[in-house]
Amino acid sequence: MTRRRPGMLVGVTVVAALAAGVAPWLPSYPLTLLTQAMIVAILAMSLDVLLGFTGLPSLGHAAYFGVAAYAVAILTTERQSGFVLCLIAGIVTAAVTAALFGLIAIRATGTYFLMITLALGMVVWGLAFRWVSLTKGDNGISGVPRPDLGLPWSLWGPLPFFYFSLACALVAILLLGLIVASPFGMSLKGIRESESRMRILGYNVWLHKYLAFIIAGTFAGFSGVLWAYYNGFVSPVDVQLVTSVEALLMVALGGPGTLLGPAAGAAIIVFLKNFVSVYTKRWLLILGAVYIGVILFAPRGLAGAFHRRSS
Amino acid sequence: MAEDQHALALNGVSKAFGGLRAVDAVTLAVRPGERRALIGPNGAGKTTLFNLISGELPVTSGSIRLFGRDVTGVAAHRRAALGLARTFQITNLFRTLTVLENCLLAVQALESTKFVMLRPLGRYRGLADRARAALGSVGLGDRAGTEVRHLSHGEQRQLEIALALAGRPRVLLLDEPCAGLSPAESHMMADLLRRLDPAITVLIIEHDMDIALEIAHHVTVLHYGRVIADGLRDEVKANPLVREIYLGA
Repeated sequence: MTRRRPGMLVGVTVVAALAAGVAPWLPSYPLTLLTQAMIVAILAMSLDVLLGFTGLPSLGHAAYFGVAAYAVAILTTERQSGFVLCLIAGIVTAAVTAALFGLIAIRATGTYFLMITLALGMVVWGLAFRWVSLTKGDNGISGVPRPDLGLPWSLWGPLPFFYFSLACALVAILLLGLIVASPFGMSLKGIRESESRMRILGYNVWLHKYLAFIIAGTFAGFSGVLWAYYNGFVSPVDVQLVTSVEALLMVALGGPGTLLGPAAGAAIIVFLKNFVSVYTKRWLLILGAVYIGVILFAPRGLAGAFHRRSS
Repeated sequence: MAEDQHALALNGVSKAFGGLRAVDAVTLAVRPGERRALIGPNGAGKTTLFNLISGELPVTSGSIRLFGRDVTGVAAHRRAALGLARTFQITNLFRTLTVLENCLLAVQALESTKFVMLRPLGRYRGLADRARAALGSVGLGDRAGTEVRHLSHGEQRQLEIALALAGRPRVLLLDEPCAGLSPAESHMMADLLRRLDPAITVLIIEHDMDIALEIAHHVTVLHYGRVIADGLRDEVKANPLVREIYLGA
């Protein structure tokens, strides 16, 4: 716990400084991908709080990401709302959705938890698809403008928006890093290892899981807000099952329970997806192959494999 | 002695799994500070009784009182807050966490600090000191940084005790603390148990009769879920029924 933290801080600082340093020299396409990686990394880290730290495999994490993205898209296009209102509305929508879904999902464990979160995720997808008056259905909502923060640089440019996303990702890393290192974070690890022991020690296990569920949903919402601004377009694709599965794969690939592993996993998946889809439409096939590879050869993810080699 | 002065009082407690009555109308009362051994052959319902007392299983009928307070329908974590702690027969620890982290989880369990989210656990010196003290008291002081899965079986059994003691319990349920220990380790464990704070009420399930009877003066014998004898150890030892079904003489 305390042993690894200085190393983590140094690592994050070096990577962030490196990314910030090379960004101005990058062509716009790789820069856009890097921006996307920052945003999706927040989603992956938020899922890691559930999967890696609490031991709850959620298969519906795109729901919280998606409702926040929709909230931003609707508010900006229908009401021309500003950034602060959209940020708050998106995050609160995600947190409230997680608080409602958590009441249903936290009752189950293991595979049953997976199935319930999957079903709840499909409910959100169904709403996005069918509630046409609100979501414009299959067409999605386009024309989401980039936020105006009152800064001298317009976030319409790829470089300023990259720096904005990087700053947001750093805030998320800092907050999530604090949460998992806190007494509450330790209680989540305890629940992952033995629920019965935690109950006997005096923990209300349900409550701790429920809080973790809401925290994960809230940060997924943060990621969704940024995504809506980044993409300028929100559609049912953002809340579909594949998005949830990709998030799960990022965590599994990077190393559950390491926070930074899933962030790296997110970057790898984003780049892989975009480069591979140039050559083939069968991206999902590659995704599946990567997943099987991880399970077979690095069950604790890249972070786990790396850790084992160095020790 | 009035019932509400007992540390632990069970009244007609039963547990049925389908048609099997694993615990059948058990009534027993334990005074504060008492050392009570719970013995009986395999399948007598001893561990099930512990699960009922600690709240992991709901009772089918009967009532359980802790220091006079009815806890029959109270959740396990609330019973812990009332001063009840237990160890497990099958070691139940946080395997990928360090010994110190295991103890920290036990120490903060009954503190409101467990809900703090934005301050590192490492900053709480008081919690760490208490955790180290609990480790020291069971002889694991020098193993604080080791992951639990790398401990020997004997050390894991010691840690079980440390976790139970870390919350400063008033009633302690020990489920076969010496299970799987070598004679030398058993001996050390018995020493450790003898040194427990005399104010703590202790209920111990133990198959090793020498250890059970050395620690406890009062013995309750369970057989097929029923109490068949209850009394001071010499009385129980002399009980012909007990000799026949349990002590095998």
